[in-house]
Formats: sequence, structure tokens, C-alpha cells
Amino acid sequence: MRILKITLGIFFILILALQFIPRHPNQSDEVPPTDFTRVNEVPPLVKEKLYVSCYDCHSTNTRYPWYNKLQPVAWFLEDHVNKGKEELNFSEWKNYSERRKNSKLRSIISQVEDGKMPLSSYTFIHDDAVFSEKEKKEFLNYMSQLKKNL
Amino acid sequence: MKNLSKIASLILITGMSFGAISCKNSNDKEEPAEPISNEMHQEGTDGSETVSKNGSNQAAANVLGNYLNIKNALVKDDQEAAANAGGRLAESLGEFNKASYSSEEQQELTDIIEDAKEHAEHISESAIAHQREHFDILSKDMIDMIAITGTNRKLYQAYCPMYNDNKGAQWLSTEKEIQNPYMGSKMPGCGEVQKEI
Repeated sequence: MRILKITLGIFFILILALQFIPRHPNQSDEVPPTDFTRVNEVPPLVKEKLYVSCYDCHSTNTRYPWYNKLQPVAWFLEDHVNKGKEELNFSEWKNYSERRKNSKLRSIISQVEDGKMPLSSYTFIHDDAVFSEKEKKEFLNYMSQLKKNL
Repeated sequence: MKNLSKIASLILITGMSFGAISCKNSNDKEEPAEPISNEMHQEGTDGSETVSKNGSNQAAANVLGNYLNIKNALVKDDQEAAANAGGRLAESLGEFNKASYSSEEQQELTDIIEDAKEHAEHISESAIAHQREHFDILSKDMIDMIAITGTNRKLYQAYCPMYNDNKGAQWLSTEKEIQNPYMGSKMPGCGEVQKEI
């Protein structure tokens, strides 16, 4: 019984100590002029889908859930978001070379088409991020058109 | 209530993934360098004269050699060999020196290398279907890169009309005979030579 108390105590102190890990929220007040939705004419539904399903990890603005106030959750999310942005950052779209835009569009299309994006670990928490068949079709049509006109 | 259980699972998953990350780190030790393949070795010897004249030639030859190794691995459906070659391609792209090219060419090369490096990195860590998707775009990068850097090897630009839902895809090979990296052993002879480089 004593062992259990000590273990729990240590665990509690550890969690408490973890709260001092600094958080670096990925948030900005405005949509930058280099953003995908500002350099392209994006139809409302596609825009909505981008914001809800993609931008949390692929832009400089994440809408955080309340549990991001807790460590080590924030730490985990930060790492996750950084990886996502490294792969594709819609906020930096204008700065990508034509060649890179073409590559990115191709990946966007194939990932969404195959249902690999948004990640199932993400849609598990965010029900609204799931693409309906109709949304998927319109989204993919738009992205393919954009790729063709590049 | 539904949300609460989701959050509980999230916390659990987070905990487990920490475990997973630490496991992965211990496995991530540097692999010993692979012996240089015959193909690249030859490149090193007969390219040595040009190296002294132009330092970037060797890097360009390494880039091409690693690209061809990926191609050969994909022809054989060998995911692991393709991944290894992908890692080495990313390295050799990083070592490429653009200094001897015009500023316009340098800009173009910067774009190509940046893009190609990303594809090479993906190839180094993906399943074979995904490797082939990246190899498709990578091939376009390589064709454009060689148009600028040139090469002292005889190359064939080949085309497979069936890959990617009949959208088609190109690749580079040192052999005139078609060995398809996209279809692998399913359809090794599918495709045609478009031009000689």
C-alpha cells in the first residue's frame, strides 16, 4: 500500500513538473498574404474544408483544443504540427516554386483521394474534418484544376 | 460522454506514443555505409578526369547513380533497396554544388534540388506504392536537372502509358531495353523509349 502511494506521488510530481515545459503555440492573428486561400481563388466549400480539415497542421494557425494547455499533450501536438508544416504549409504557398507547387498539389490530391489525409488520428477527435463524398469530389476537382493551370 | 472517452483515449495514445518514440530512437542508429555499387564505382573512375575540371560533375554523377539505383530497385519490387538509395540520393543532392552555373540555371537547379530532395526523403521511408508515386515526380526533376548539368552517360528516357490510372509516367535508364520501375514484376516490359540522351 505504501509503495502504491509513493508511486502515485512520484507520478503526480512528474506530471506537475512537466507543466513547466514551455509551450510554443502555432498561432497568428491574420491569414498571411502568401496563404493558399489568398493567392488562389478558392471556392467557399473548398476553403471551409481546408480550414477545418487541413490548416490545424498545415498552416501557421492552429485552432487548439483545451487540452493543449496540458503537458505533455502540448509538447506532442507541437511536434506533430511542426512535422505537418514542414511537409506542407498552406500559409507559405506563394513562396513555393512552381515545381514544388506541382509536387505538393499532386500529393494533396493523392493523399485525400486515398483517404490518407486527414489522418485518422485527427478525424478521431475532429469529426467535422472528415470529407463527405461530395466534399471530396469538389475538393479534388478544384485541386486538379489548379494543378493543370499551373 | 463520448467526448470524454475520446479524450481519455487520446491521453492514453499520447502516453504510448512517447514509448514508441523512445523505442524508435534506439533503433535509429546510423546504418553502416553500404558498399558502393558497381555502377557508381565505374562512374567514379571514368568521371575522375572531369572532376578536377568541375567539382560539381562528381556530385551530379552521384545524384544520377543514386537515382538509377532507386529505379533498379523498383524494377525488382525491392522496397528496402529503393529506400536505401533514396536516402543516399537525398545526401548527394545536398552535396551538389551549383557555383559553376549561370544565375538563371542556379535558380532552376535550386528549385529542382529542393523538390527532388523531398521526394528522395519520402522514398527512403515509404511503402513501395508510395515510393513509386514519388519516383514519378522525381523522374521529371531528374530529366530537367540533366538537361542543365548534362551527363557523360548514355541515357534513355522511357515512358509507361499505364501508370497512375493511365496518366503515364517517365523514367531514365541506362538500358535501351524496357525495365519498368512503376509496374515492377507485374509488367516489366511495359513502356517505350521516348528519346536518347
